Amino acid sequence: MAALYRADPPALRVTAAADAMTLIYHRPSGITHVVASPVPEILDALDEGPADARSILARLAVAHDLSGEEEAGAAIAARLDEMAAAGLVARA
Amino acid sequence: MRHEHRLRIGPVGFRIGSAWKAPVALLARLYAGYPGAGVPDFTVRLEPSRPWRRHLRPSVAIGGDFILPDAAPLPLAHALLAAEMGMNLQMALGARRWLLLHAAAVARDGRALLITGHSGAGKSTLAALLGERGWRLMGDEFALVDLADGRIHGFPRLISLKNGAIDALAGEVGEARLGPLLAGTPKGAIRHLRPRDEAIAAMGETARPALILFPRYGFARAVRPMGEAEIFVRLTQASTNYVALGEAGFRALAGLVRRVPALAIDYPDTAAALDLVARAWDGRGAG
Repeated sequence: MAALYRADPPALRVTAAADAMTLIYHRPSGITHVVASPVPEILDALDEGPADARSILARLAVAHDLSGEEEAGAAIAARLDEMAAAGLVARA
Repeated sequence: MRHEHRLRIGPVGFRIGSAWKAPVALLARLYAGYPGAGVPDFTVRLEPSRPWRRHLRPSVAIGGDFILPDAAPLPLAHALLAAEMGMNLQMALGARRWLLLHAAAVARDGRALLITGHSGAGKSTLAALLGERGWRLMGDEFALVDLADGRIHGFPRLISLKNGAIDALAGEVGEARLGPLLAGTPKGAIRHLRPRDEAIAAMGETARPALILFPRYGFARAVRPMGEAEIFVRLTQASTNYVALGEAGFRALAGLVRRVPALAIDYPDTAAALDLVARAWDGRGAG
């Protein structure tokens, strides 16, 4: 079964736009993250609750035009791994 | 402590205690006219590194509210440098009321220009030169960003002129505004320059930041606009208390980066630097 990921509720992070990048201050850890798309979008998608890469892709597809489902799914899985290492998401 | 001098620099009160009279007398001369500090925010102590070192090859250790345990003591002749380093240290490790950026700041018409960059980038030299050319010197070491409104607080300490900058400025300002030549310090030759009286009189006035420059000395003349994410990351590196401030620091820095344009400028000599600064200021980020 694919790994499930969860994120802290949105109230626990402060975000600011910086051109094409997004700055995220993660309140529980006090760590500042400088991230690019699709990281903010993945965090938004996790607001609905824990999900695996495939479900996140489905949630993102509602709001965004996505093509190449398999490729996009692999990219999201890779980003989730990085986000877990950075402390932005955790395996549920 | 046997000898003491109290002074207020911008919003910060210092008490500098010393086991020797000479450093305090020198501070009193160079900081003449600065307001006193009733209840100081920080204390710096200049004390013998060992009890017998008060008289025998006197050697100054920097003490105070915040210390670096491994800092090497300085000879008594460099006690002024020790006092300045001690004040820097208190600010870098203790200040929590502002976001501290390791940057020089000068102002014109109530708008501040911040000059940051690595050691040797020319922050102090540029700030000192601009301070003699119609700008109000707000500080050559730290820019204090207000956590509530993002304005810059003046912190016009003595300017630390190093090596080549000493000759560049000594010809323009009178001896009365200069400290003694401190040769062979860990940073080479140093002379301290007292800011102009106008800058000292105006040190309580804040200024809205209008431009940030990241100069590099020793390169062919070039100007490069910088993206907000790059500015943000560079400024977190230039801040001594960003991590300690937590969310307040993030909000202050993100706001600064959002509102204020920044340019990286490379310059081969001070004439080019002053010209680049003037053009950047007139264009406010347009290059």
